[in-house]
Amino acid sequence: MTSRLFVPKDAAALAVGADEVVRALTQAAGKAGRRIEVVRTGSRGLFRLEPLVEVETDEGRIGYGPVSPDEVAELVAAGLFDGAEHRLRIGPPEALPFFARQTRLTFARCGIIDPLSLNDYRASGGFAGLEKARAMAPQAIVEAVKASGLRGRGGAGFPAGIKWETVLGASGARKYVACNADEGDSGTFADRMLMEGDPFLLIEGLLIAMRAVGAAKAFVYVRSEYPQAAQTMTEALTLCRGAGLLAEGDIEVRLGAGAYVCGEETAMLESLEGRRGQVRAKPPLPAHAGLFGQPTLVNNVLTLAAIPTILSAGPEAYAALGFGRSRGTAAVQLAGDVKNGGLFETPFGLTLGELVLQIGEGTESGRPIRAVQAGGPLGAYFPASLFDTPFDYEAFAAKDGLVGHGGLVVFNDTVDMAEQARFALEFCAVESCGKCTPCRLGAVRGVETVDRILAGRDPGASLELIRDLCDTMKFGSLCALGGLTPLPVLSALNHFPEDFRAPHEAAE
Amino acid sequence: MTPAPAPWDEARAAQIIRAHAGLEGALLPIFHALQAEFGCISDEAAALAAEILNISRAEAHGVLTFYHDFRRSPPGRHVLKLCRAEACQARGARTVEARVTGELGVGFGETTSDAAVTLLPAYCLGLCASGPAALLDERPVARLEGERLERLIRDARA
Repeated sequence: MTSRLFVPKDAAALAVGADEVVRALTQAAGKAGRRIEVVRTGSRGLFRLEPLVEVETDEGRIGYGPVSPDEVAELVAAGLFDGAEHRLRIGPPEALPFFARQTRLTFARCGIIDPLSLNDYRASGGFAGLEKARAMAPQAIVEAVKASGLRGRGGAGFPAGIKWETVLGASGARKYVACNADEGDSGTFADRMLMEGDPFLLIEGLLIAMRAVGAAKAFVYVRSEYPQAAQTMTEALTLCRGAGLLAEGDIEVRLGAGAYVCGEETAMLESLEGRRGQVRAKPPLPAHAGLFGQPTLVNNVLTLAAIPTILSAGPEAYAALGFGRSRGTAAVQLAGDVKNGGLFETPFGLTLGELVLQIGEGTESGRPIRAVQAGGPLGAYFPASLFDTPFDYEAFAAKDGLVGHGGLVVFNDTVDMAEQARFALEFCAVESCGKCTPCRLGAVRGVETVDRILAGRDPGASLELIRDLCDTMKFGSLCALGGLTPLPVLSALNHFPEDFRAPHEAAE
Repeated sequence: MTPAPAPWDEARAAQIIRAHAGLEGALLPIFHALQAEFGCISDEAAALAAEILNISRAEAHGVLTFYHDFRRSPPGRHVLKLCRAEACQARGARTVEARVTGELGVGFGETTSDAAVTLLPAYCLGLCASGPAALLDERPVARLEGERLERLIRDARA
């Protein structure tokens, strides 16, 4: 009898030795005279368990993790291939509270199926949304997206249906769909996980979008820091092309080249056109004049990946989940010093404290939490006193923060918040596209000013200056890079003023 | 280990550029392909791409120098990208950074004198719950501490 094993090939599993574990498993099976088949999946998304090895048994899949290559022989001797007891045995993974508490719509298949098996995808309900969409008029698809209440998951939270309607109604010689997979925000990895774990879902979403807006070509702009995701997407597209599934038009994977600002939609369009990734002034909106001057639908990976479910299960079911004006599920990404780091898909509305303390179970290091940065490098640092803020676009904005792409980075009490504020400005200086002055110069001057404060040189005037500078950047920058860099800086200043003192002053 | 870059060959470069020239907005895919072949994009290569795409040399140069990924001179045998972003910082990236730069004797953007490795900063590799993280050539490595960190440094120097 052949035992079926499942080991992720998600980058986060590869990074801690998943390939070595597979080699050790094959070797150990050979020695034991057992036949095994290893299916490489995406990750289920609880990274402290990686590499997670699962075995198919009569009681379903049984997990063991984290497995290091040198533990494999011992595990096999203990009866891994039959799901036997062992200290690394976690039982059925889906029964762990971290997974049992989730509502997985977008990530339902991630870590379960072989991401490059069209049969697996179909057998688990794949392409049901596309089939429905192909029987609908474009306007009816747009109405469904509107009715779902889906908002753009890239960070801005703009209602997706309105954008789709604008592109559908725009006239141009040709139209494009451009999927933003330039997931540059630190603390976020949901796009990567999805592209590596369930690429057909994104392709299905893209085909529905192309049909809805009348585009005959789509691009997926993947950052070069994600070589595995780009590879899996490319292979998935080759399979779809071979199976004749790309009826709406071709989809091309385009690799970025290490520029954070290309996650900004107009900079991404410039980059796709083969130019420097400098932002464009809006208007015109990309929906009217985007890629090569043509009407272009720009959506994030998670926005497009939500579409197949919205169509197959109906927009009402999606809209029934959520909080306030944030409908459906959010892919919350727990990162940094957190025990249960990983992907937690849940309807909007849990509080920040529930997410990091109950779901995340606090820090991995065991130290107290001092701050949580929400929404990437342009997001605010939240102190524990704001842990009652519900995870919702409007509620986070009301606290001068942002949900962004859903990343939560947990910092313990050793963090120096002045250092973090300085880093936010340094990052902006490194990544600024250089087009507008507040961002290009403001970031550099900001770093200098923080340094002056920390050196104790005229701290009063320097603090006033940095607030003034943040004000200029916020209102004067062309895009979110310069416009939102003040969020982490000001949140650090406002919530952790004690860190902005020169060493001699702090000692007094 | 990545294959050693090929020596400059104008005919081969022209062939690579022409193979991608039909793509819409072809310059980034062309630069990626040239760099994969030759290890970097020389001024000669950029000029050739400009000529074949019928754009100005200035435009090609502008694109070449905008993106952090594109190199104008050859890298070491390995390229080590160390994540410097917030989620890795929260998990000890600054300590790892000090250890790696100290051990290799180079700063970011520099190549060791034996040409073994070029050290580059990365701002997020999407391994944010398993940091500190790095990318050695295209291989991700995470939870950089103890033996795994030592092995990464050894592999980078190989």
